[in-house]
Amino acid sequence: MRNGFRWLSVYVGAYLMFLYAPVLLLPIFAFNDSSVVAFPLQGFTFDWFRLLIDTEPLHAATRNSLMVASVSAILSTALGLCAARAATRHSFIGKRGIMGLIMVPLVLPEIIVGVSLLVVILQAGFNLNLWSIVLGHVLICTPFCTVILSTAFANLDRSLEEAAFDLGETKPATFRLVILPLIMPGIIASMLLAFTISLDEFIIAFFLSGTETTLPVYIWSQLRFPARLPSVMALGTILLFISLALLVTAEYLRRRGPGRSGTADSGGIL
Amino acid sequence: MSEPIIRLESVAKAFGRVVALKGISAEIMQGEFFSLLGPSGCGKTTLLRTIAGFETPDSGSIRIDGRDMTGVDANRRPTNMVFQNYAIFPHMTVAGNVGFGLRRKRLTRTEAEHLVGEALSMVNLDGFQDRDAHTLSGGQKQRVALARALVLRPKVLLLDEPLSALDRQLREQMQSELRNLQRAVGITFLLVTHDQGEALTMSDRIAIMFDGSVAQISTPQDLYTAPANLKVAEFIGSMNFLKASVGQAVSGGTEVEIEGLGSVLVPSDRTSSHSAGLSITAGIRPETLSIRFGPETGNGSAAEGVVTKRTYFGDMTRYEVQLQGTERTVAVSVRNTSDRPALAEGSPVEVQWDANSIVLF
Repeated sequence: MRNGFRWLSVYVGAYLMFLYAPVLLLPIFAFNDSSVVAFPLQGFTFDWFRLLIDTEPLHAATRNSLMVASVSAILSTALGLCAARAATRHSFIGKRGIMGLIMVPLVLPEIIVGVSLLVVILQAGFNLNLWSIVLGHVLICTPFCTVILSTAFANLDRSLEEAAFDLGETKPATFRLVILPLIMPGIIASMLLAFTISLDEFIIAFFLSGTETTLPVYIWSQLRFPARLPSVMALGTILLFISLALLVTAEYLRRRGPGRSGTADSGGIL
Repeated sequence: MSEPIIRLESVAKAFGRVVALKGISAEIMQGEFFSLLGPSGCGKTTLLRTIAGFETPDSGSIRIDGRDMTGVDANRRPTNMVFQNYAIFPHMTVAGNVGFGLRRKRLTRTEAEHLVGEALSMVNLDGFQDRDAHTLSGGQKQRVALARALVLRPKVLLLDEPLSALDRQLREQMQSELRNLQRAVGITFLLVTHDQGEALTMSDRIAIMFDGSVAQISTPQDLYTAPANLKVAEFIGSMNFLKASVGQAVSGGTEVEIEGLGSVLVPSDRTSSHSAGLSITAGIRPETLSIRFGPETGNGSAAEGVVTKRTYFGDMTRYEVQLQGTERTVAVSVRNTSDRPALAEGSPVEVQWDANSIVLF
């Protein structure tokens, strides 16, 4: 029994190492004063971060990514809101099937989404641009948003809506005055998560980008030049911390929601 | 208390194959404290929600204050509801909650604040305006829910099991407060409850419901002393049910042969629908039976029996007495006084009854 426990501990340690050690190398080499990414470390420098500031195409890619991520976050949250509302408040024929189909992109390989969207967009005679990337990202983000917002709706006491309506308010005013404020943590969490997913996403962005690219596609293009590798590490470090901050904020807000509406916590991604 | 404020005519409602209301007709009077009482699943909450406008009846009509409510949404009806779990808006202050329905009334800020203060004072929550609603206790939420509904001066206040989530002491206090509040504001209260004690203590009239139908509408006293059928009698309080057969009509009543008691002269106002020879059931409440403790107490006939069980309640003692010549035991509730010793199990006793309190089914 004791022995078995020790082996399990070793396994857990090794597993976590495997997960996080490579990621931890990013910040280490981002501050390493050498253009070769290898041990031993050569000293501390901010040069790679400084190089980022001077690289104009990087700034363009960053702006593109922020635009794509913001728009994708807003659109997929709006769509997720409708789906979650329908799933938790209404019953209709084929509900389970329809909700299942909405969730499928969660497990659909992105390369399939990317290729098929590419074919459809080109066949329909549209040009590839940032909006085609937005389209792809909304498709993969909406299931996540639907899950988060379904939790928010499920935690919302239905009689609150009825009470507001009974007190003389109209249905839209009830939504604005009661439902929206109470599921706002869920909405913000959903937007943050969608934003993060879109910001990191590579495959769909790679297939569907035209002349303008997003940050992950730009980073990939830089990997052909070994000399740029340390600055990519610096960029990766920045992205890592932004992503972490967004995810933590999203989960914090999601958990704060039930406390305020006085209901039990359930579900969620983290 | 003269004209009906709510008139229900054959209101029916089904959810899929489950029939919730089987054509309910009733009239609820202006200023009345009216309760819908019944076991869970009897349709009482569905009826309340149909009156509130949250459910649409499949057939039949609901008139409130003379107006047909068909096609009128909940937010346009002159009713307000207190929900079972209070449904207090957790993201608002107490004043925000109570003033919620006033925002569409085009009042000035001071008028609205005055009304909110008045309503809070009515439910003994003076000065609670700026408290966050989600920090309130259950009893306080209950009061806020009441104030929030009453501030709109509805024609009818609908209460859906409002006290079921409170602990016993608070529940009893709120019962009397609710009753006093209803008297003070004069608004018709329509209460849904599965708790007969609650219904009996608070209501002017009670509609008792089983399986989507109304079994009896009457005052609490009539419901208790003259239940319309066996089902009502079984539901309200406790009652001994004894086999009986109807005998000869004599002056002043009818001779009824009751199992274990013998021949009893039941007054004519209680036997009207029973013809001679009929096999029936006689219902006798335990507190209308008594035990003869000495030769001086009571007169008239008594039945002999043996105590089989004694349960002590403080103010009362409840005996199970097996009557002579039968397998039946009857429950007898005896008020505890100094001259009434506790009877041991196995003691022979004489049980007396009050013919005026016997109900025939």
